[in-house]
Amino acid sequence: MEGWDPNTKSTLTQIPLLTTKAGPRDGAAWTQRLKEEYKALIAYTQMNKSNDNDWFRISACNPEGTRWTGKCWYVHNLLKYEFDLQFDIPVTYPSTAPEIELPQLDGKTQKMYRGGKICLTVHFKPLWAKNWFSLNHVMKHIAIVITYYALCPRFGIAHALCLGLAPWLAAEVPVLVDSGMIKHKDDVSSSSES
Amino acid sequence: MEVELKDMIEDLESLKQSLSDPSLHSSIDKLRLRVENLTNMAKSVPVRRSKVKDMSAEVVDSNPYSRLMALQRMGIVKNYERIREFSVAIVGVGGVGSVAAEMLTRCGIGRLLLYDYDKVELANMNRLFFRPEQVGMTKTDAAVQTLSDINPDVVLESYTLNITTVQGFDTFMSSLRNKSFCPSKEGTGVDLVLSCVDNYEARMAVNQACNELNQTWMESGVSEDAVSGHIQLLIPGETACFACAPPLVVASGVDERTLKREGVCAASLPTTMGVVAGLLVQNTLKFLLNFGYVSPYLGYNSLKDYFPTMAMKPNPQCSNAACLERQEEYILAKPARDAAAKAKMEAEALSATECQLHADNEWNISIVDDSEQDRMDGTSADALPEGLTRELPSADEFQKSSVPGSTDTSVDDLEILRRQLDALNAD
Ligand SMILES: [Zn+2]
Repeated sequence: MEGWDPNTKSTLTQIPLLTTKAGPRDGAAWTQRLKEEYKALIAYTQMNKSNDNDWFRISACNPEGTRWTGKCWYVHNLLKYEFDLQFDIPVTYPSTAPEIELPQLDGKTQKMYRGGKICLTVHFKPLWAKNWFSLNHVMKHIAIVITYYALCPRFGIAHALCLGLAPWLAAEVPVLVDSGMIKHKDDVSSSSES
Repeated sequence: MEVELKDMIEDLESLKQSLSDPSLHSSIDKLRLRVENLTNMAKSVPVRRSKVKDMSAEVVDSNPYSRLMALQRMGIVKNYERIREFSVAIVGVGGVGSVAAEMLTRCGIGRLLLYDYDKVELANMNRLFFRPEQVGMTKTDAAVQTLSDINPDVVLESYTLNITTVQGFDTFMSSLRNKSFCPSKEGTGVDLVLSCVDNYEARMAVNQACNELNQTWMESGVSEDAVSGHIQLLIPGETACFACAPPLVVASGVDERTLKREGVCAASLPTTMGVVAGLLVQNTLKFLLNFGYVSPYLGYNSLKDYFPTMAMKPNPQCSNAACLERQEEYILAKPARDAAAKAKMEAEALSATECQLHADNEWNISIVDDSEQDRMDGTSADALPEGLTRELPSADEFQKSSVPGSTDTSVDDLEILRRQLDALNAD
């Protein structure tokens, strides 16, 4: 747990853990898992709202609950930056984590795969530095949150957003804005649509 | 085009003849030379070789298989031609997968199934196989283009999809099950799956599919710092699956504190990837054509030129349900296995007494019995040979330190929960 900032840590411990270890190929058990995912997301969203820290919307866009879309936003210098958000639940979930994608930011930052998949290494490195047995790993950068899943299938979508996307936005959006890679939507409309 | 170029040469010749000023002749000669060059280039437009019906051992320049069939004559392989009956699936057509595909194509493999969702990029040009003019093509299409030119005898199937998605995984599974290439084959429609992917999710998806299908596969990987790699043989139920234990990685031997990991772009070298592809396909050939020793795990540390090997038994507490099913089947089949092994040993003992070979050992080379059986059975999941480490920590600290799971919510209807979240999302 050390390495995360105290805020993330205290938020994380308040999101209900999941008890059913099941993925999209597990039939009825997956439906059970999906219910727990919803409960965790509902609790997390409610918590964010009551803490005045509402920062994402997410919903399943197919009945199987394997594809999710929504929005997330981050306030920097009093301006709100909003992004589309999407991910698939991998077949081997929850042994592997969903790869969270922000397609509008594709190509705008190094800390992202093609397709706008966010790269989490940098933000999780402190936590893992102690436990990481070898740095020669064969996986790519998103590995850290994934390995966490491998060990903790009790984490769900809500935890992935809290652990993965929230710190990513906090670290990367200010950089992207300050370097001019992204513009606030009011700036964009006034400059490009005139 | 050739006719036109020939006309041009004739025109130039008559022009030269009609010119009275000889000082212009040299420039006309230069022009003529250029046209002749063009004519030669037009003639050397690539020709595709035609298909070969049977593999021939005949030693002539025009036989694409003569050097391979020589393996048979030298006694390395009993029946090389059997390679045409085999199907190999290659998942991930990147730095390792594409080279492995080319090697198997040149070896005359029967059928190759290629899976990748990515496109060729200029950033891939530090590796082997793909060419700059293929940038923008899907890796599967580009691979089929090159491979079918190299060897039209190989049946190529390409699947442009992501096997970690639910839909991609279904297609992946059904393509492995398809037995139309060799209907008499037992089990699935492929003889071996090679995992040449670069991420954990895809490896877990291959592992899932192979455990469910009881399909033997080989895993390969190159480290992010491009200086080490490994290959591993996975036989469901018999050896550890990819989910049985944290992946093994080859330690680089340099002080980890001095390793720079800033930035996010993984390094890659054509050398390391080529070596790993070579080790992978060598193990594949030995496995398919039944010669030599098939390595259960072979690591490669390029900084120290160190090649650790080991074997791992499956974990009875593996988190993968299909793995546990395969383990149970393997244990149930033990009596039959023992009987077969005994019969084989007796047959070998008989032939050994008949011919005591290599009596005069000029080079003093001794064949060491490294008791493979001991290695297979004796390696516990915890004891690792020097130079190998586990990739993941072995304990979950978070679970111990966090609040228990919530099962308090009384609502247990998916539709109601979905609407609750929608309502929260609406404001
Ligand atoms: Zn297993």
